[in-house]
Amino acid sequence: MIQEHFKLAVKNIRQRKLRSWLTMIGIFIGIAAIVSLISMGEGLRVAITSQFGFLSTDVLTIQAGGVQMGPPGTGVINPLTVDDTEKIGKVAGVKASISRIVRSADSEFNGRRNMAYVVSIPDGDNRREVERIANIEIDKGRLLKDGDTYSVVLGAKYGTDDIFGKPVSVGQNIVINDAKFNVVGIAKEKGSFIMDNAVVMNDETMRELFDDDEKVDIIAVVVRNVNEMDDVQERIEKLLRKERNVDKGEEDFSVESAKKALETLNDTLFAVQLFVYIIAGISLLVGGIGIMNTMYTAVLERTKEIGIMKAIGAKNFDIFVLFFIESGYLGSVGGAIGVTFGALFSLFLSFIGNAALGSGLIRAYFPWWLIPGALLFSFSVGSIAGIIPAIGAAKLKPVDALRYTK
Amino acid sequence: MKKKKIIVLKDVWKIYRMGDIQVEALRGLNLEVEENEFLAIMGPSGSGKSTAVNMVGCLDIPTKGEIFLDGKNIAHLEESELAQIRGRKIGFIFQQFNLIGTLTALENITLPMMFQGIPKAEREKKAKALLEMVGLGDRITHKPTELSGGQQQRVAIARALSVDPDVILADEPTGNLDSKTGLMVMDFLKKLHRDEKKTIVMVTHDQRIAKQAERIEYLHDGRIVKSFDSDSFHEVEDYHDNMKKAVKKK
Repeated sequence: MIQEHFKLAVKNIRQRKLRSWLTMIGIFIGIAAIVSLISMGEGLRVAITSQFGFLSTDVLTIQAGGVQMGPPGTGVINPLTVDDTEKIGKVAGVKASISRIVRSADSEFNGRRNMAYVVSIPDGDNRREVERIANIEIDKGRLLKDGDTYSVVLGAKYGTDDIFGKPVSVGQNIVINDAKFNVVGIAKEKGSFIMDNAVVMNDETMRELFDDDEKVDIIAVVVRNVNEMDDVQERIEKLLRKERNVDKGEEDFSVESAKKALETLNDTLFAVQLFVYIIAGISLLVGGIGIMNTMYTAVLERTKEIGIMKAIGAKNFDIFVLFFIESGYLGSVGGAIGVTFGALFSLFLSFIGNAALGSGLIRAYFPWWLIPGALLFSFSVGSIAGIIPAIGAAKLKPVDALRYTK
Repeated sequence: MKKKKIIVLKDVWKIYRMGDIQVEALRGLNLEVEENEFLAIMGPSGSGKSTAVNMVGCLDIPTKGEIFLDGKNIAHLEESELAQIRGRKIGFIFQQFNLIGTLTALENITLPMMFQGIPKAEREKKAKALLEMVGLGDRITHKPTELSGGQQQRVAIARALSVDPDVILADEPTGNLDSKTGLMVMDFLKKLHRDEKKTIVMVTHDQRIAKQAERIEYLHDGRIVKSFDSDSFHEVEDYHDNMKKAVKKK
């Protein structure tokens, strides 16, 4: 029965092609905006969150030059040094203080070049700590060990075609900044853009490669007791202020726990997303009003038709259903087109982001609920907008409706 | 054997309020229609003919009075109940045909059956048979705008018949047709009355059309003022002319 109503309603929509399309555009834009903005926003959030994933909760990260989104160590005037690492190691509550160098380098394999993200790993006990806190696990080959020179462990992406057009295997050589490196292992995939694209080499080799004995990009501090995190952080900050001769509030360095940084970032992202949702919501509201307007016009225009249908036995419910389906259909079809366009648009953006800018941050991520949610939402907007006009249509008195002339 | 009274109107009043003015469209109308009767309701314009036929057709309810359709009092029913009765017992034929423009001839005829929940295959079979009956078997997929007035009214007649109603209500069925096409439509109505044993109530202001019926009830100022049977049909013309003049003088 409802099936028949549906056919009839769709027929009516088809009859008014131009107006139906224009009405649907209202919903289409709103939904396309929502889908693309949410998927891009989620993509950004996932990309950023996953990059924080390699930091454990018992770790404080110290960087010079305040918080920044770019590669660590870039553009820092007063860098951290090995000396700082040693001093921090003596602070009460610190279990391990580890110097890490994080640089970008030129890599070459299979005749192709790529910008590689190179990180160092120290010798001795700290090696275990870094493997733990950075969550490095081996998929093929082995981990690095003390004394490995010009050897690397590569992130999981190097084991695929993604970087050089063909996978790098254990035992092969890869060129980094014009030096030849032996690949001893490929890491397990972690889902983190940084981790999966990283090149890990021993501290000593890295210092040689970059000809740098002093500078430290990140100091990773493992605390003895997670509950003392804040105290340890304060002590380190105090020490560094003294060392670097800066006043409180004017620090040219940052000491942050991964958890806290992630929270701050999530708050910011949430605020951005909320803003985006509000804008998209407004455009959907406008779309909904457009549907309502179209439905009111349709009811007015078809008053006589409603009278005829009532005269030949249509119940109020039949009339209601006819108009309700019509508005729901406008919403859903507009929404479906919007979802398609929105998804294509964000895929296009992430393609541009990857291909042209080489940025892993611009990528589309579709949470499972996004597409069904958007479709349901657009249907709801359409139906809700149609309820009042449909009730109005259903309540028309047959005699009055029949007498109606345009 | 005495015939069953299928339509009975007892002291029916219909009062419209137009702003401050009360318009009494029907003023104590009494009317009885027997089963398988062909009745014409005549009267000058504004006499309440259409209002009366709308009441019988469950399109409207009276302000006062009782209306019995097939023994059931319909004067105080809710719209949903009226819709059901309309759908099952009444077939409407309108002056302006009132076909739905977006639907084909066949779809227009199947629509009342759809509202009655009749399965699709059955609906289409019946609608095709009805189109054949009204001589439009080759116009199945034509839309109303692609049909002449006479053809449209024949589709409307087929639509009225689709749910096999007891009563056919025709409100000026030939009003929008030329006289030749009008007579053709009248032939259909007579055939329905004769062969299909339908009760037909027809509203008209045209005495030539009215004379095609078995009985004429003359309505003036919202009540029946005179009845004619086939023996007195020759008096209709003069009576009607006098009435029209009287109305004009007013």
